[in-house]
Amino acid sequence: MTLRPDILIALPLALPFATAALLILLRRWVRLQSAVSVLGAALLFADGIALTAAVERAGILTMQSGRWIAPFGITLVADRLAAIMVLVTGFVALMTTLYAVADIPERQTRAGMQPVIHLLVAGVCGAFLTGDLFNLFVWFEVMLMASFVLLALGARAGHLGGAVKYLVLNFLSSGLFLTALGLLYGKVGTLNMADMAVKLRGGDETRLALAAGSLLLISFAIKAGVFPLFSWLPASYHTAPIAVSALFAGLLTKVGVYALLRAYTLFFALDHGWFGPILLIASVLTMAVGVLGAAAQYEIRRILSWHIISQIGYMTLGIALFTQHALAATVFYVIHHIVVKTNLFFLSGAIEQSAGSDRLSRIGGLYRAYTLLAWLFFIPAFSLGGIPPLSGFFAKFALLRAGFEVGAYFALAVGLLVGALTLFSMTKIWAEVFWKEAPEEAPPPRRVAPLRLLPIACMALTTLAISLYPQPLLRYSEAAGAQLHDSSVYIRAVLGKEAAP
Amino acid sequence: MGSALAITIGVLFAVSIYLLLRRSLAKVIFGLMLFGQGVNLLIFSAGKMVRYRAPIIPPDATTPPAPYADPLPQALILTAIVIGFGILSFSVALIYRAYRSRGTDDLETEEETR
Repeated sequence: MTLRPDILIALPLALPFATAALLILLRRWVRLQSAVSVLGAALLFADGIALTAAVERAGILTMQSGRWIAPFGITLVADRLAAIMVLVTGFVALMTTLYAVADIPERQTRAGMQPVIHLLVAGVCGAFLTGDLFNLFVWFEVMLMASFVLLALGARAGHLGGAVKYLVLNFLSSGLFLTALGLLYGKVGTLNMADMAVKLRGGDETRLALAAGSLLLISFAIKAGVFPLFSWLPASYHTAPIAVSALFAGLLTKVGVYALLRAYTLFFALDHGWFGPILLIASVLTMAVGVLGAAAQYEIRRILSWHIISQIGYMTLGIALFTQHALAATVFYVIHHIVVKTNLFFLSGAIEQSAGSDRLSRIGGLYRAYTLLAWLFFIPAFSLGGIPPLSGFFAKFALLRAGFEVGAYFALAVGLLVGALTLFSMTKIWAEVFWKEAPEEAPPPRRVAPLRLLPIACMALTTLAISLYPQPLLRYSEAAGAQLHDSSVYIRAVLGKEAAP
Repeated sequence: MGSALAITIGVLFAVSIYLLLRRSLAKVIFGLMLFGQGVNLLIFSAGKMVRYRAPIIPPDATTPPAPYADPLPQALILTAIVIGFGILSFSVALIYRAYRSRGTDDLETEEETR
């Protein structure tokens, strides 16, 4: 069965919204609701696969919504990057809805966790696919509103401080985005990103455009969790239920990275102006501060939250280096990291269920008691640390090679050091949770519900598949990097042949 | 008119950032409100403060008569107001809940007990 390409592009927005609406109607029947939720996510995943295959076959696909031709209407664009991000989002959504069935208590399910998860996914997919800057803002808000609700519904009483910080900083980020957007619209009179690229490139680098570019950089850096704008992340991620924080950990910051990738390859050139150097310095500091923050934590989910920040540094480093290979490395890194990090959060929930705590001092001896869990943890944890032949090794290797080509030796040295410290953090969890003798007051380990182990195993297998057979994904991200580096392909696809510079 | 608007926007931004930097949650809410208003006015000013005709195409023409006002900023602001209102009312509810459960509106007295 083949669908028309414009339907393939529209489905990642329509499916989650339709699923969410249906789930709200099914609120009273918890089991049926869970089944529909998983089914909706599975359909999204299938559409992601079809979309990626179509983009691979036919190049960049576009959909002019309402037949308003670009640059007047809202264009949806699926290039290689957007397509694979939708694919991974579908995968994470499927795994999360499965995990949520076992993880989220019935009271919260009745309060509407499952539909809001789908609304969040709709926002994420919309942000990946839109070709219009104001529309990107709207999708950001859809995503944010859903994440606010998930955080507030899930937070234990007395833990709302983190949610408040998250809310205020992200609201501020949206405001800055809107400010930049207003300035840009006043300057170039268009909101279509491809059209904006043409008009900004034609003119000289005016101060107004530079100011708007700086505001956008700050706004997206808040969303991505780049130093020094990350403080909302470690304050809030550990307060939500596991399924929700895994979804956040996998997707939300990566939307920020995606927006940075899109904006600074398409309509702000990183190679002149001050954006490149600033992003480079910020990336190095993000890597270092994140990993040091993690070293000071002794609860699994807090450690993992800090590692998100540190890993974001690697991704933005690839953007800052701004060569075709570096952008390709960033794409590979993002995909690898979404799978690994979501899985690690799932695992932290499984460990907590089995050992009754997520404080390292209260857990121990799980290797003997629960060898399967130990091996399932081993794969993503040491992939995050970059041990060959796991997928993190290839991600770091691609990035380092790209860095060598442009001679960014200091950033590379920091990257290697941070990699070693990441490994230290992961061995810390490994040694404390699995190898250490169980503390005396610890309860005997319990079985983990099979519905929790299923998504964990699926994601671990995916990581293994990327690790043992990385060539397809490496080739795909290399092509995606080429597409990002030469933006004229994107512009031609959106505006038609004659528009290319 | 243009400079008066520019000064108003600047004052709104300055006041809101001052309020956002305060520790008190109530002031943070006011900061968020004013920030949203400042941004909306800024987008409004992107449509240029001029007296042009409405962009309506007469029956016998294909384009609107030459000096016409740009209708898009109004549409953008309208969207931004609706979204901003939704998020703001949610934040007021959330901050009120946080205030009730913590008994203080000071953001820095963090609860570390579990």
